[in-house]
Amino acid sequence: MENDVLKNIITVLLPNAVYEEEGEWLNVNVEPADWLSFAKQLRNNDVLHLDQLFCLTCIDWKTHLTVVYHLSSTTYHHNIVVKVKLDKSKPEIETVSQIWPTAEFHEREVYEMFGVKFLNHPDLRLLILPDGWEGKNPMLKDFEDPINMIKL
Amino acid sequence: MVEEIGTTTEGDLIINVGPQHPATHGVLHLVITLNGETIKKIEPHLGYIHRSIEKMCESLTYRQFIYVTSRMDYLSAHINNHACALCVEKGMQIEVPARAEVIRVLMDELTRIASHELWWGAMAMDLGAFTPFFHAFREREAINEIMEETCGARLTMNYMVPGGVMQDLHPDFQRKVKEFIILFKRKIDEYDELVTGNIIFQNRMKGIGYISPEDAIAYGCSGPVLRGSGVSCDVRKIYPYGIYGQLNFEEVLETAGDSFARYMIRIREMKQSIRIIEQLIDNIPEGDFVAKTKAVLKLPKGEFYTRVETARGEFGVYIVSEGGTTPYRIKFRSPGFSNLSALDHMARGSKLGDLVAMMGTLDLVIPDIDR
Repeated sequence: MENDVLKNIITVLLPNAVYEEEGEWLNVNVEPADWLSFAKQLRNNDVLHLDQLFCLTCIDWKTHLTVVYHLSSTTYHHNIVVKVKLDKSKPEIETVSQIWPTAEFHEREVYEMFGVKFLNHPDLRLLILPDGWEGKNPMLKDFEDPINMIKL
Repeated sequence: MVEEIGTTTEGDLIINVGPQHPATHGVLHLVITLNGETIKKIEPHLGYIHRSIEKMCESLTYRQFIYVTSRMDYLSAHINNHACALCVEKGMQIEVPARAEVIRVLMDELTRIASHELWWGAMAMDLGAFTPFFHAFREREAINEIMEETCGARLTMNYMVPGGVMQDLHPDFQRKVKEFIILFKRKIDEYDELVTGNIIFQNRMKGIGYISPEDAIAYGCSGPVLRGSGVSCDVRKIYPYGIYGQLNFEEVLETAGDSFARYMIRIREMKQSIRIIEQLIDNIPEGDFVAKTKAVLKLPKGEFYTRVETARGEFGVYIVSEGGTTPYRIKFRSPGFSNLSALDHMARGSKLGDLVAMMGTLDLVIPDIDR
């Protein structure tokens, strides 16, 4: 499906979505409060049918964090990117692990690496970092580890 | 009394498989809750070899960061490199010469065969058969020799660069690949006789680790795991990259969704890879093997994502560029990470003894998961 067709459908579902169209795929910016209901619609809408969450990640923009969801449809083979901007002092967003179970692992990774708290996540624990990890989240830009980090 | 699967109650046995168990194919640690012999829950513990590759990439230039991706999925290093090179080329809009495109696909498919060979041997060993391991390694050695001559390495190859490949093919390349094709066609039938048709092997695989197409999609599975459930997902077919769109090959699909289906996918996929190599090996165009690019690449501001089909499934590279010589943020979407997340779902209610068959057919490579 073409990006402008997708855009028309999404505008009906979420009128206050903001779009970026420079990239290859349609980028949709969503408010954190809208995200959970919007995610359900993306998954369950018969025309969109975005059933595959193939990438979930986060970007530290120093002033704020952006959680990025890459979604595609295994039936119609179209892709969209959803971005949710979070406040850096209190990064919180609803989990989507009940919609796409793969998010359970990905969200745990974002939680430990960026400190984003996923509300109502069934099991929000550290995934990759060792148990009892204390201190900052390693993927944040201001993270420093004088012992283990090698500066190139 | 029927106990609920997925919860821990008093009297349950909790055992640890790994971090160095041979069946985990690396440093994977599984905490398994058992009721008798039945698996109630599996919790994977990761991170034993986490090197924070994504963080490292933020201080590496666009030529340098490709090298670390070979250290992630070392069994399909070429294909990972291909994804990174494609992503940088997309950002820079570099035209790749025709010769380089053909060389890349040849290398990708040889890598895919080598990876599936190792999986096949290790998988059979997990289920108690030792001989296939030697058979698989013997044939894989032929590919390793080809790789060593052209790329200078046998495992962590760094051959693909933005704009093409690093150096031209070795003069013996074509001859050796043709010899390999003849050898492999004879051996793949032997594999079927040795393992595929074996009744013990079939009984240990059929109906084990079932995952439905809907669940496989929801858990983000890709590659042979998803195609084993009958979902068409081959990136080479759906979102063609390089010259895959012009090639003649089938997307292998099985519908059973169990371990045996995933096994058959990989066996049949090797035959398709041979088919691709046969189409290209006599038609390598003359010309440059790399496009002329600047020594230090600068990607324009923006976000770039490419996905390729590695031996284990869909590998994605997500580059966020601020316009400098190093990426602002890189995310690698590794196939093993998502495939592993489905293991708990697959294994619940099965017997502990069947776990190795399930893990084997997921074809996990741990550095790919830990990154």
